[in-house]
Amino acid sequence: MVWGVLQFPGSCDERDALNACRLAGGEARLVWHGDDDLGGVDAVVVPGGFSYGDYLRAGSIARFSPAMTAVARFAAEGGPVIGICNGFQVLCESGLLPGALLPNDSTRFTCHQGELVVCEADSPWTAGLEPGQSISIPVKHQSGRFFAPPDLLEEIVSSGQVAFRYAPGTNPNGSLEDIAGIVSREGNVLGLMPHPEHAVDLLTGSVDGLEIFRGVIGAQVG
Amino acid sequence: MSGSAKKVRVLIRPREGILDAQGKAVERALPALGFGGVDEVRVGRLVELETDDPSRIDELCQKLLANPLIEDYEIEILDD
Repeated sequence: MVWGVLQFPGSCDERDALNACRLAGGEARLVWHGDDDLGGVDAVVVPGGFSYGDYLRAGSIARFSPAMTAVARFAAEGGPVIGICNGFQVLCESGLLPGALLPNDSTRFTCHQGELVVCEADSPWTAGLEPGQSISIPVKHQSGRFFAPPDLLEEIVSSGQVAFRYAPGTNPNGSLEDIAGIVSREGNVLGLMPHPEHAVDLLTGSVDGLEIFRGVIGAQVG
Repeated sequence: MSGSAKKVRVLIRPREGILDAQGKAVERALPALGFGGVDEVRVGRLVELETDDPSRIDELCQKLLANPLIEDYEIEILDD
């Protein structure tokens, strides 16, 4: 198992993502945003941070990088891709996931340990989790309010693309339907605002994030 | 850029009905500065550019300058 973790100018969670991938199992390496070849990796992580300074809109410029063109190709072939926080924003801007992420309704940056409920999405990323299960992972973002126009939202929900919701009463950003993460129609692309890569060691309070990375390994082997 | 370049101004704003968090933050700050009675603040972006081919500006807005899911835009081609 070889993981590729994208690195844009302004990324800041790529080191934790590498660490999470290695703890889950396998080799992990950085993929520079200017590379148009993913080097034969088995899964891709688009990490959090502030790619290209988040100029214009979060994630809007990163989508034009050569590495993202390669990721789009990889995803179209069914390769597993996870976008975390800014990575989720990049995947939405790229059209690899539906919807958009707006600034939090609180107008504030939020940073806390969050509780998520696993939904019924069919995806390798959630294969190690049970629908209805509660997981604890950090939430830290400024623009995490998931939005889609009514018809698109209905399609996302009815086709089972919601992967994670914030636990009832804990929605930190005003996202529609309490959505914290969604998958593509095919299930191989996951985007979520909370940070599973920061919940991989009991030292920091939770190892629930590891299950998300392990799910992909299980799917590769199985 | 050649002499035939046109100046273009693109005004981008949050779509109607979508909560504008930036606008809300600005609106909340105003009373503290002594500006009472100001509401419905909306914050958008103004992009100015020069191009030889204004016919492609709409496509450029759709692909990069605006996200049509959440933003509206208006294109103004300026004659100098």
